Amino acid sequence: MDASLFTSMLFATVVAGTPLIIVALGLLVNEKAGVLNLGAEGMMAMGAVAAFAVTHHSGSPWLGVLAGILAGAAVSVLFGFLVLTLQANQVASGLALAIFGVGLSAFIGKPYESIALPAVPAIRIPFIADIPLIGEALYNQQALVYLSWALFWSVVWFLYRSRAGLVLRAVGESPASAHAIGHPVLRIRYLAVLFGGAMAGLGGAFLSVFYTPMWVEGMVAGRGWIALALVVFATWRPLRVMVGAYLFGGVMITQLFIQGSGLQIDFPSQFLSSLPYWATIVVLVAISRNANAIRLNSPISLGKPYRPDA
Amino acid sequence: MSQRRQFLQSAAALAVYAALPSLAFAQEAAKIGFVYVSPIGDAGWTFQHDEGRKELEKALGNKIQTKYVENVAEGADAERVIREFAASGHKVVFATSFGYMNYVERVARQFPNVTFLHATGYKSGKNFGNYNARFYEGRYLNGVIAGKMTKSSVLGYVAAFPIPEVLQGINAFTLGAKSVNPKAEVRVIWTNAWYDPGKEREAAMTLISQGADMLTQHTDSTAVVQAAEEKGVYAFGYHSDMAKYGPKAQLTATTHHWGAFYTKTVQDVLAGSWKPASIWGGFKDGMIRLAPLNPAIPTDVKVLVSELEGKLKAGSFHPFTGPVVDQSGKERLAQGAVMDDLTLGKMDYFVQGVASRLPTAR
Repeated sequence: MDASLFTSMLFATVVAGTPLIIVALGLLVNEKAGVLNLGAEGMMAMGAVAAFAVTHHSGSPWLGVLAGILAGAAVSVLFGFLVLTLQANQVASGLALAIFGVGLSAFIGKPYESIALPAVPAIRIPFIADIPLIGEALYNQQALVYLSWALFWSVVWFLYRSRAGLVLRAVGESPASAHAIGHPVLRIRYLAVLFGGAMAGLGGAFLSVFYTPMWVEGMVAGRGWIALALVVFATWRPLRVMVGAYLFGGVMITQLFIQGSGLQIDFPSQFLSSLPYWATIVVLVAISRNANAIRLNSPISLGKPYRPDA
Repeated sequence: MSQRRQFLQSAAALAVYAALPSLAFAQEAAKIGFVYVSPIGDAGWTFQHDEGRKELEKALGNKIQTKYVENVAEGADAERVIREFAASGHKVVFATSFGYMNYVERVARQFPNVTFLHATGYKSGKNFGNYNARFYEGRYLNGVIAGKMTKSSVLGYVAAFPIPEVLQGINAFTLGAKSVNPKAEVRVIWTNAWYDPGKEREAAMTLISQGADMLTQHTDSTAVVQAAEEKGVYAFGYHSDMAKYGPKAQLTATTHHWGAFYTKTVQDVLAGSWKPASIWGGFKDGMIRLAPLNPAIPTDVKVLVSELEGKLKAGSFHPFTGPVVDQSGKERLAQGAVMDDLTLGKMDYFVQGVASRLPTAR
């Protein structure tokens, strides 16, 4: 493989993995607090359409990103109200949110179909972008790629190094005990849901403003579901979320490269297109073989409503 | 949107009726229905059909009244929409996507007084016909331009599904390029989706990084042209003129024009002279055109293209003229022979010059 080919594959892999990282890290924090939000697909779609509309009208991708974050968070408040305040079933509410978000975004986005936005230029980091092989791929990227790395470190620091993170994890493990020692379980869960929604909105904004600068109905194309699977795949560990997202991006890009290279591989392209999903399933199965790994890491109260005793 | 349009139309019609009362009762506007597979948007397959509908409205004025339903999935919904059009007194129904064919057939049997037409299908009957355009003619000319202008001799093609219509395009593009540049090779990436801008873009980026400096696509979004613009390579639009998405990148586009056909069909139906047929029109019939050529195209190439276009219009040249040799070296069409429409419609191989392998059904 020649050097420039490697560089461009790495570049494309990083881009393809970025929205997954952003959304999955948000969901990770969500789930660490004990709330399962299956609505990622809908929140991403809402974030994508809001970010696109605001960018189109204001001309500023950053205002668009902000709008995407706010839109994702706004939809998640609705979800939070259902499952936290009203204690509705989390799985059912999440599925409803996914369908609602995709539908509503299509409705809102109708006037924006087929409008193109100017591409947002990449930000080249001086000096380290000159490193051979990886420099161009890793350090001449969209701002949100760097942000996803910062987000990774922040989430790691927050969950495992900060007091607030400890409380959040406690709320996810044993809400009753956390409540007993005086922590506001519902408020913490609300904040976690808000964060998850905001990150899903940010992931959506990345798609519609940076990745393919256009809006079209259904453009999230299952990435929300993949992000959800990633969190389980990663057994609720941020580093594995990161690795998993790039693995998924990498497999997707590799199949495109194989097709384009004209290599005489007698595989139907339909099969190659399904490879990323296969990879996810295979890894999920591999991990699930060790039931302890999942049980040990999965937040114990995940998906269970909690009503503090008055 | 369509309701407001209807309101405006009826308002306009009322005004006309008021002015010419005798005419108003002499002739009631014939209702014409259109079924679209995707949103109209401002470029693409459905957009071009809607342009045709507008042309029809313009040509026949208050003799007709058109109505459309967009974003109709190719399933049970389609039958419901088609039936609704037929049941509500529409005289002609145009169903503009391949997947509507069987529903059209079923509804047509129940409404013998309504005329149905479906695009890109192959079935026809007493009161329904089909129509399509020879997109491959435009593709051949795109290929000639690409072959002349490429520096790397690598041409990239983002394609949706390996069906005959798409293969005709890829093969015609390849034959066009090879006719002026024997070194040219075409690389194909399948997205397995008509509309997935993210994937279309990644596929375009992949082809560019593999050395392609000319791109085209048989998918429905403008993502490939946009990617080409961003990366400073050339591209050919498809369906619509996509120049506004890639003013520097788009060299030209193969565009579809249904207006004249719609007008003629409706006129024939109104006059009672319509006969079911399978229409497959090309440059000659004005159903295919090239978008304005980019000034970046050298004059000698422009001259060559307009010569070929003239021959296509005159019917003295066919892109699939033998010898046509497939990838495995098998001769599919003998020297000097011209491929007939039946064979064209069943195309299931890549010609020599396509570097990618065709996904097999095995």
